[in-house]
Amino acid sequence: MSATPRQKGLGSRILAHRWNYLFLVPMLVLFAMFTLWPMAASWYYAFFNWDGVASPTDWVGWQNFISVATNPVFWNSFKNSFLFSLVALFIQMPLSLLFAILLNNPKLRGRNLFRLFLFVPVVTTTAVIGIVFAIILDASGGTANEFLSMVGIRPINFLGSEVTALPTLMVIETWKGFGTTLIYWLAALQTVPQDLYEAARVDGANGFRQLLHVTIPVIVPIAIVILVLTFQTSLNPFDLVQATTRGGPNLSTDVTATFIYRYAFDPGEEGLLAPRMGYASAAGVIFGVATLVLTLLQAPLLKFGKAGR
Amino acid sequence: MSTFTADQAARNKRSGPPPNTMPLMRRLAYSKVNLWLIFLIPFSVVWMFPFLWMISAAFKSQSEMFLGGIGLIPKEPTVENFARAWTTARFGEYTLNTITFSVTTVIIVVLVSATAGYALGRGRMPGKVILVGLLIATMFIPHGYTIIPVFQLVNALGLGNGLLGAVLATAGPAHVVQIMLFMGYFSGLPNELGEAATIDGAGYLRTFWSIYLPLSKPIMGTVALFQFIGAWNAFMVPLVFTLGRPDLRTLGVGMYGFYGQYTADWTGLAAGACISIIPIVIVFLFLQKSFVEGIAGAVKF
Repeated sequence: MSATPRQKGLGSRILAHRWNYLFLVPMLVLFAMFTLWPMAASWYYAFFNWDGVASPTDWVGWQNFISVATNPVFWNSFKNSFLFSLVALFIQMPLSLLFAILLNNPKLRGRNLFRLFLFVPVVTTTAVIGIVFAIILDASGGTANEFLSMVGIRPINFLGSEVTALPTLMVIETWKGFGTTLIYWLAALQTVPQDLYEAARVDGANGFRQLLHVTIPVIVPIAIVILVLTFQTSLNPFDLVQATTRGGPNLSTDVTATFIYRYAFDPGEEGLLAPRMGYASAAGVIFGVATLVLTLLQAPLLKFGKAGR
Repeated sequence: MSTFTADQAARNKRSGPPPNTMPLMRRLAYSKVNLWLIFLIPFSVVWMFPFLWMISAAFKSQSEMFLGGIGLIPKEPTVENFARAWTTARFGEYTLNTITFSVTTVIIVVLVSATAGYALGRGRMPGKVILVGLLIATMFIPHGYTIIPVFQLVNALGLGNGLLGAVLATAGPAHVVQIMLFMGYFSGLPNELGEAATIDGAGYLRTFWSIYLPLSKPIMGTVALFQFIGAWNAFMVPLVFTLGRPDLRTLGVGMYGFYGQYTADWTGLAAGACISIIPIVIVFLFLQKSFVEGIAGAVKF
């Protein structure tokens, strides 16, 4: 069936592969419904003043986009979302590389156990472990503050103060995602040929120089893939934020996903009587376009990485 | 890729510290990297503390929790918190809902990705290259901000406010990596298998179902495991689809509701957290090798 000669007409080639096409149908139907349609519909809905109950009828043109773009609360959430990404890229990624190099050393005792420890948070439910953190970090009676008071430090209202809430959530998000980047890096380190290290040792390179001149050049192409993957996952801290602070206190931890959620599904929280689905869609479109641009900016890097492989 | 399997851990243990007959330099190298243990051991305790706290608090009495203290060993261990979480906070129902939601999602994703991967991997039909390109392109388009149209679509299908709606919204969007895994695997299998089956009179369906699909067990396992863990931990989709039906909440959403309602019931919440997290950690511990290899595969892919 795969040996259909090229000179046959397109129609008969399609006919010859009818079973293959049939096998694609379930995927294609779901793909059209749940991947393509939502992308298009987000744009469509964004042009309506719409509570989401019946079909949208109240066309308002670009009004939703304008009011989202002039809403400082939206830009605050936008900024926080990207701060989460920056932490993932510039703290979580390098830090997990250092741990990967350490845990890649076969002479380190118990390294499999340490890997396991570092990885376990990845498989836990973010919303649930986030609430566990919220209790441990509670301002009055949380274990973390009991520790602090034992060493004579005044209690810190980790998640209840505008100053500390966002950094605290970033630490939790890093803890949660650390194991994934660690595994990425360990996989990358496995690709470095051992004889390169042998050669470097013969040339008298110490550990640091081996890292600089052998490890890093070899793993750069994979590092770029890791960067893109980490960026993609870091963009959606909804579960943690919604479960712990719901964007508070005073919007200091608000991210675009929680902003959209409030307007679309929890209007009471915004002081609204009905959901504003069109407005929320416009916010989603603006954020989606911004992240798409940032992802496309990484495309040349990806190409460069592929070439290096 | 090396993993933290038990036999490997055992091997590490057996190898032990180098005997004294080794050259001095090698011995120094051993001790030098192991100096990091001075950092790694306390670090691990802090790292794992949320889990230690969760298990400890779940067995403490409410009055002991109220009195405070940082001790992790409950003075009078009790299972009362579990009873309260299981019945009053309805975690029993939530567990069933989560299992239903996760298993159904896994079945749909495995079947849809396997059939699509089979067609794309074995056939050379017109349009294949374009379709694969389109699928890969959508990987780089950020999603997670399209929940509103998905919600409207599922409502229009009459499946809003139900677990099946949440399943569709989770299993529906193309699982590109999964499809590519199946595609790569099926395209690597020899043609002779299918040809032999055709000679024996097996049609397309039979060839797929009784020859190729059983051979793809390793891929099915990886895809199922990932999807199961992902579905178990899902939050946004089940939250949105159970807003009007608290009885259909999954564990993550149930925990969120429990925390919103009884913020001060720390021991009950800890028990709820144990019920939500321990099963999935056990699943992971048993199948960690394929899980870790699957994640590592995303990088090499």
